[in-house]
Amino acid sequence: MIRSDALLPILVMLPLSLALLLLLSGRWGRFLSLAGMVLTTALAALLLSHGGQPLHHAMGGWPAPLGIGLRADGLATLMVMMTALVCSAALIYGEYWFDGAKAEQGRQFRPLAWLLWAGVNALLLADDLFNLYVTLELLTLLAAGLAALMATQAALTAALRYLMVALIASTAFLLGVALLYGATGTLALELISIRVAANPQPVLVVAMALMVGGLALKAALFPLHGWLPPAHGGAAPPVSALLSALVVKASFYVVLRLWMGPLAPLTGGVGPVLGVLGGMAIVWGGWQALRQHNLKMVVAYSTVAQMGYLFLAFDLLQGAGYASALNGMVLQAVAHGLAKGAMFLAAGALVVAAGGYRVDQLQGMASRQPLAVTALAVAGISLAGMPPTAGFAGKWLLLQAAWLNGQWLWLAVMLAGSLLTASYLLKVVAVTFLPAPVAASVGCGQRLGGVALMLALLALLAGFAVMPMLQLLAPVATTGGWL
Amino acid sequence: MTSALGYAIAGALLVAMGLAAMLLHHHLVRRLIAFNIMGGGVFLVLLGLAPGHGEQADPVAQALILTGIVVAVAATGLALALARRLHQAGGDVRLDHPSSREDDDDQK
Repeated sequence: MIRSDALLPILVMLPLSLALLLLLSGRWGRFLSLAGMVLTTALAALLLSHGGQPLHHAMGGWPAPLGIGLRADGLATLMVMMTALVCSAALIYGEYWFDGAKAEQGRQFRPLAWLLWAGVNALLLADDLFNLYVTLELLTLLAAGLAALMATQAALTAALRYLMVALIASTAFLLGVALLYGATGTLALELISIRVAANPQPVLVVAMALMVGGLALKAALFPLHGWLPPAHGGAAPPVSALLSALVVKASFYVVLRLWMGPLAPLTGGVGPVLGVLGGMAIVWGGWQALRQHNLKMVVAYSTVAQMGYLFLAFDLLQGAGYASALNGMVLQAVAHGLAKGAMFLAAGALVVAAGGYRVDQLQGMASRQPLAVTALAVAGISLAGMPPTAGFAGKWLLLQAAWLNGQWLWLAVMLAGSLLTASYLLKVVAVTFLPAPVAASVGCGQRLGGVALMLALLALLAGFAVMPMLQLLAPVATTGGWL
Repeated sequence: MTSALGYAIAGALLVAMGLAAMLLHHHLVRRLIAFNIMGGGVFLVLLGLAPGHGEQADPVAQALILTGIVVAVAATGLALALARRLHQAGGDVRLDHPSSREDDDDQK
């Protein structure tokens, strides 16, 4: 039991070392990557088997406030597992996607994706404000590099636009960290929580506004979402899956961590603001997704809408609905990660088979790409919040929280959002069942669709694991994560 | 004590100036310079507000600023490399410039 905390640094170091090895390796990269994938996912499962008991690791044996710690509770554990599944799927898909003429891009994709994996794990396990800043920054740089992987003019422009926005966001976050450190004299999250609760000063509200604002910008919260659709929609499919499932989710995770911990005494006035912006994101993102003609743009705008649910839930995180809202948020984050990853992978397979990005080119895909269309439909069921998926459980818990708190407006907005989600996804899936045009089809295997389907089925299966997941989260929901 | 506060105020001014320049300018190199000014301002605030000021400097704040500088250099380097690739690919390095709004191609 004492040594099980050694899992935490290994979960960061293993992907990091693999990324560096993959930079050097040539032909063996594929096998190295596959072996690392199995090993890292097994370690994530091992962490999961600890049942959400908080684990803490003091790096180098130095406890806080001198040392920098890593910690994992039920929330972090679930997110580490989701990360492992999405990264594995994206890496396997990448092996098929980047072949032939795109082999050079594939050689660059592998180490970048592994670095991203290491960065996300480090962020999820961070127990220190500055580690959170460094890992956020790391993810930003990796995301920009991955988005620019295709090196086309459009991809480079989207990547740079994202980078500029994210750099402003990081600076705002760091300024918040500086104010928080100046007021409390520590960077360890637990110590900050204690000191903020003992002495909530006005400067802390400014710090919170800067940090949450910066993170909202990075998480593409409405109306700061403009950078996301071109960056996510224009990237290679495995990259889009990683960016949409993990990178925006990481910013949300940091807000949630700060919200439950250090900033808990200050959240009163900010919750409604995030609620309104989240609600507008649900409606606007859903509406935009409905009127896109480019398949990948439909999926990208869907990310804006689904992130809206996660931010709206911050306003539900109070009163009688607190526990439901927290559980709902985490389930929604996990479900969206799996489903959105699957959806971008499926969209990539369909785009290759159809020879174009437009939704109306997808006619006949249900018979030519059955696996990809099934993946799209299954992931869509989870996104729209229909049973028996994890997405259903997450949205149901959020609705329950709104009901318990009597926040009827949010109840209506979330229901409308589900209808919008179902509409834009049905619109896409329906086209695939139309008879195929006589025009020659581009030859394409089923492997890409198969990988997408595996991830989509995991989103479906997660729906049957809701009870164990809620048990993992039980200590977090009652104590706010910090014992 | 007052010199520390002076650092913090100067830092806040630099952040405001950098932010304004970053939002107003279109050329990527100008934006990156503005980003670095903003970063410098944040480091000054960090240094000025760090507890335990007086004779000896706060080592934690210094370690943070060093890390922050490394991060800023990495970000600047990456952005410059991307901007160079964009220029080579025939793109306009003035993002969102009024003369280069051809990127709303998702409406076709």
